[in-house]
Amino acid sequence: MSDPSKFQVVYRGRVHRLGDNIDTDQIMPGKYLTVLDRAELAKHCLEGYDPDWATKKARAGDVIVGGHNFGCGSSRESAPVSIKAVGISVVLAESFARIFFRNSINIALPVMVCPGISAAFEDGEELEVDIDSGVVKNLTTGKSLKAEALPPNIQHILKQGGLVEVTKAKLAASAAQG
Amino acid sequence: MAGMTLAEKILAAHSGRPHVKPGDILDVKVDTAMGHEATAQAAPQFRKMGATKVWDPERVMIVLDHWVPASTDGAVQMHADIRKFVKEVGIKHFYDIGRHGICHQMLAEEGWEAPGDVIIGSDSHTNMGGGLGAFAAGVGPTEIASVWATGELWVRVPTNFKVEVSGRLGEHVYAKDVILRTAKLLTCEGGRYKALEFMGDTIKRMPVHDRLTVCNMTTELGAKTGIIAGDEVARAYLTGRYRRELRDPFPVSDEDAVFQEEVAFDVTGMEPQLACPNSPDNVKGISEVVGVKLDQAFVGSCTNARIEDLRIAAQFLKGEKVAPSCRVIISPASTSTYNQALKEGLIEVFTDAGAVFTVSSCSACFGGHIGKIGKTEVAISSSNRNFPGRMGHRESQVYLASPAVVAASALYGEITDPRKIGKKVAVPAT
Repeated sequence: MSDPSKFQVVYRGRVHRLGDNIDTDQIMPGKYLTVLDRAELAKHCLEGYDPDWATKKARAGDVIVGGHNFGCGSSRESAPVSIKAVGISVVLAESFARIFFRNSINIALPVMVCPGISAAFEDGEELEVDIDSGVVKNLTTGKSLKAEALPPNIQHILKQGGLVEVTKAKLAASAAQG
Repeated sequence: MAGMTLAEKILAAHSGRPHVKPGDILDVKVDTAMGHEATAQAAPQFRKMGATKVWDPERVMIVLDHWVPASTDGAVQMHADIRKFVKEVGIKHFYDIGRHGICHQMLAEEGWEAPGDVIIGSDSHTNMGGGLGAFAAGVGPTEIASVWATGELWVRVPTNFKVEVSGRLGEHVYAKDVILRTAKLLTCEGGRYKALEFMGDTIKRMPVHDRLTVCNMTTELGAKTGIIAGDEVARAYLTGRYRRELRDPFPVSDEDAVFQEEVAFDVTGMEPQLACPNSPDNVKGISEVVGVKLDQAFVGSCTNARIEDLRIAAQFLKGEKVAPSCRVIISPASTSTYNQALKEGLIEVFTDAGAVFTVSSCSACFGGHIGKIGKTEVAISSSNRNFPGRMGHRESQVYLASPAVVAASALYGEITDPRKIGKKVAVPAT
């Protein structure tokens, strides 16, 4: 099990502002669904939205600010996996599609719902977010706003390093009980 | 205490609670856990969890459907990984190539889902099982691996949205048009995280295959699940098919159940509906889009590739030729659908007309296997999703419609109103 105390709570990074309904076909087109290698997935992240995004525009440590219904569409986990593989540290959006949200938490990619965030950031501005408090700051303009707090069970999965670790602990506990 | 909706009742029964309400977070026991090719991604996660065997071999089914038969080195490897995993972890029910079908069709036709069940699958369109009265939802590969290991998952009880549909559907207007109309009213965000329950006389008259179509596309509305209460129609379909004991009576929403939202509409006089590029909620009546030139027409996918859909397409194509400018691809929902189409002579109807009839698979729907479309191309499809790049190039365009509209359009190479081509079609309107 990973050490929850080592979970990073505050993230800071350069913003990539995306629109509404960025769906999983744009994040990870169907032709790459047989690709399992993370480095290869990283090269094609958001290719359906902007073919140059992953290779020329995104840098490790950047953050994504999405609009409404971010990640709608398919159950493909390669969508959030590719975002994480690019090095995006956190995704904040007006709202998320449910499977994308769950998939992200399950692979320990922090995602938070933050009403009003689209209007609060421009491309390239610096964002800081505290996962525990939900406070989001635009370090470029000095404005701040509040993301919706993550429920305790979701925080738990994130801080354990993802669902694999949580289920592993659950199975180990039930084996110990016999 | 207020009564419960059908979705709430199913979640309460599967979490050992007398009563649940929206927002409650529950550990829910799963009746059937389905995996398709995402099993290749789930398998390493399952092993990392320290799991060695699935929790219940009678509740896990795996089916290959997206790359059938395998078309790339990557797909070959995924299938090989899945075959190895299935043996390793004691999965008994594996539908390999030749015994396969589209995963959601296999859940229904092989008797894996029934009213009152909780069905979890590794594909977003698992919602389709709501057509048989199940709480059915899609998850990703890590989550399905966890379900295989433990038999349960956490669920936040969704809010409830009642969709009441009344009136008689006109000639060449179908369940697909009903759900496209619903998409227009609710938008792709309107059902997000919610349980949509469909009611009303139009829904009650629908046979199972139509109910499956309706619930299939609730995914596109963002819904956690879309559900139609089980009744005698569902019971007749499942008797002799369902592999566990059917509940009696089937659960239904209480009269005093609380629906946080509701919408009602009448389909009387409604024309065929199409979702225009590039979103399933960009829906227009066919009179607004007739004449759009097409490069490809596709009857297939979990939404509309059942035998009833193929019969509709065949009635338009019989004795005719498809437009030379338009490629036509027809892909049945399952191997048994394929065999039935063969018996009924439908395959010959299609190939005589100049259409391609393929093996059962997800086929052209998802732009990753066969039937992809190019940069400047336009397709019409009986499938469920038309976000940018869905069927191929990111600049290509896809219109979603019923099999009748797709088949009628295939004949002319442009979007065509099936009511206006002067053919007598014997399919009774529901």
